[in-house]
Amino acid sequence: MSSAVFSTSAAQGRPFIFDGQDLVGQDFDGQDVAEVCPQPTGAELFSEARRPQRSVSVARAAFSDARLAAVTPASRLEVRPAPEMVSSGIAVMDALTGGLPRGCLTEICGPASSGRTTVLLAALAAATQRGEFCAVVDASDALDPQSIAAAGIELDRLLWVRCEERCEENLRAADRALEQFLRATDLLLDGGGFGMVALDMGELPPQKARRIPLTTWFRFRRAVEHTPTVLLAIERQSIAGSCSSLLIKLKSMKLPSENLARCANPEFPSHAQLMMKLEITAELVRSRMERKPVRSAEITFASKTAWAG
Amino acid sequence: MPFACIFVPNFPVGAVLRADPELRAQAVAVFEGKPPLEKVFGVNELACRLGITSGMTKAQAELCSEVILRPRSPLRESSAHAALLDCAQSFSPCVEDAAADTAVLDLEGMKSLFGSLPEIARSVFRRATDLGLDVNVAVASNPDAAVHAARGFSGVTVIPYEKEAEQLGPLSVEVLFADRLEDKDKEEQKSKETLLETFARWGIRSLQALAALPEIALSERLGQNGLRLQQLARGTASRTLVPVEQPAVFEEAIELEHPIVLLEPLAFLLNRLLEQICARLASRALNTQQLRLTLDLENFSARNYSSENGSTRKQQFHRVLNLPLPMLDAKLFLKLLQLDLNAHPPGAPILKIHLAAEPARPRSAQGGLFLPPSPEPEKLELTLARIAGLIGEARIGAVELLDSHRAESFRMRRFLPESARKNDKRKTTTLTEETAVAALRMFRPPLKAAVTLTNGELVRVICSRKKEVQGNVLWKAGPWRSSGDWWEKESWARDEWDIALQNSDAIALYRLVHDLLGGGWFVEGTYD
Repeated sequence: MSSAVFSTSAAQGRPFIFDGQDLVGQDFDGQDVAEVCPQPTGAELFSEARRPQRSVSVARAAFSDARLAAVTPASRLEVRPAPEMVSSGIAVMDALTGGLPRGCLTEICGPASSGRTTVLLAALAAATQRGEFCAVVDASDALDPQSIAAAGIELDRLLWVRCEERCEENLRAADRALEQFLRATDLLLDGGGFGMVALDMGELPPQKARRIPLTTWFRFRRAVEHTPTVLLAIERQSIAGSCSSLLIKLKSMKLPSENLARCANPEFPSHAQLMMKLEITAELVRSRMERKPVRSAEITFASKTAWAG
Repeated sequence: MPFACIFVPNFPVGAVLRADPELRAQAVAVFEGKPPLEKVFGVNELACRLGITSGMTKAQAELCSEVILRPRSPLRESSAHAALLDCAQSFSPCVEDAAADTAVLDLEGMKSLFGSLPEIARSVFRRATDLGLDVNVAVASNPDAAVHAARGFSGVTVIPYEKEAEQLGPLSVEVLFADRLEDKDKEEQKSKETLLETFARWGIRSLQALAALPEIALSERLGQNGLRLQQLARGTASRTLVPVEQPAVFEEAIELEHPIVLLEPLAFLLNRLLEQICARLASRALNTQQLRLTLDLENFSARNYSSENGSTRKQQFHRVLNLPLPMLDAKLFLKLLQLDLNAHPPGAPILKIHLAAEPARPRSAQGGLFLPPSPEPEKLELTLARIAGLIGEARIGAVELLDSHRAESFRMRRFLPESARKNDKRKTTTLTEETAVAALRMFRPPLKAAVTLTNGELVRVICSRKKEVQGNVLWKAGPWRSSGDWWEKESWARDEWDIALQNSDAIALYRLVHDLLGGGWFVEGTYD
């Protein structure tokens, strides 16, 4: 009596083992049994003809997942509009950077006497002359009203927040002062309506400025996003990291060479000769305004004191 | 000509309930007088149902545990009366101040503005309710009929033309003498009492009965006064209104039974006062530009002794809140007052709160599509108040230069965007390479410096307070001598130097000052 043992293995064409004998293709009676589902051979599995079909089927299975169906290919992503750029008040600076971006954080860093405050006041002057209202949060109460007026800033349009820097020895008071500075900035950015908000941390020691957490800078950047406010930070070293869209580094001053050549005593230029052309060297370190990586570019321009020339 | 009357029944109780709205659902009685002879002066309907009547002593009223007793408050009555007039004047410019609890307004020509007479009456009722007053409103063809209808009928009543006698008929004769208790003239009050007694003897209890009396017989017995009363009963008396031009005073006050110490409950009461003031200002289409807060404080130093009449001595605490623009936002005002009181606390328990608002015309501003961004006035005021609470009022604002050569000759003034817009003078500047003006960064206070001189020449400068401001003098220019105010006590004289110091990192330019009067050397700032 012949009997056939049917199993899923047989249906799938897989060999089944009975009493240790391989009866592939044969029933118990030893008759040939046609394979139900022909199995590909190893060569066939790795053939070129077979592989694309296999990869497409896998990809289709993946994309059939509802979550993955929502993924937009990169080629179809909309291009984020570039922020509006406004003049910084200095023509060569505008030529270097394209201006200051609205709704973004711009950092200007450099050591003492590098021209940071000069650039800051020029930007504020340009903003107030455009009819905008500006605010300066002064961490060390360092602004000079005479310089503000000489730079051409409309005093009625400038709000000056004078935080008091505490002595380094009293750490608790110093922490409180820094907290006041950050809190005042938060309040101004939340209130909105200013064309430019400048954070003057030029006198803050780098170790103190670095204590401001990155989350704070993200919060500041988020607060001005999609608004027409230019957020400008002046400091000794860059501390905002990737939060800033534009990073300009100013180099320490040097006595102007051309003036030295004209002077009778090249070692000691006269007061007017020195103060009429203070050279400021600015380097564009980072700009997120363009898609391609920016090459470091440098410019040098001169500034003069209010009473000279 | 139609007239409307707004009447506040149980006015002393109504004034108390306006200040404490949470008592509306309870039985309230108002007493007055000196202890122990205090007597109930007014009751609301719920107290009346419990058997509390006017004239009862306070001790008798206290036997009923469900009734809430409050002292009579002239301040609250004055505020309620002002609110009543504000409500009336928001509908008509011609308003008669008939009594403390009654206002009559001329509605001639108001139909085209507010609709039909029933609609006007309902609007007046709603407006009065918004101002915290529980009123009766009546409209009739003459002022007296409107007054009697408002005093006799509760809610909103509109008497059609020539139906006055029919509508007023069921009212009691006492309606004609409802104001007798307010009469200061004792003889006038007595004559009214006599007339009431006469009508009672005759069996005349309703206006309809009085109207039906024969005129000749009435005039023979009561004279012209009787005829006048009959005309009032028939609703045919006519007179002209005597409009009163009230000065626009927007004040609210609360006297506290127990002094409050914390600012949080004070804020709750201030919120209530501010809402009432803002509602009254809104009813007259006005804003305010100044708020004046006066607090009566308990004087602890005078606690151990009292004055001759036995009252506790008080001291007053004043705060004035000046707004940059006319505004009308109760929440903003509350927040500003809270910030101000946090910065300047009263320092003693509070016994009385008085809040006044200076009325001003609302500001009119024309917006534009292409105007540069500017901060919203209300938001800006709140932001500036919050920052001032953090760093101090004197350290935030716009800078104003003073006409002086003294160092640091400037002052901080209030930041007012509106004034900047008015003085807007656009300057056109050509951006050139030489536009940038070198700025000076100040050290406040100036850094004390130790200066090394060799043959009178500056050689080295060291500042102990700031380590980076020290080094050999690489370059110097000066001195420039300046002095001033020599005729004043605070004269000054100084020599200024501009120096370049070579420190470990780089070269930096500083301004060095030699105080000729004090003899010290200071680094005043850095050119940056």
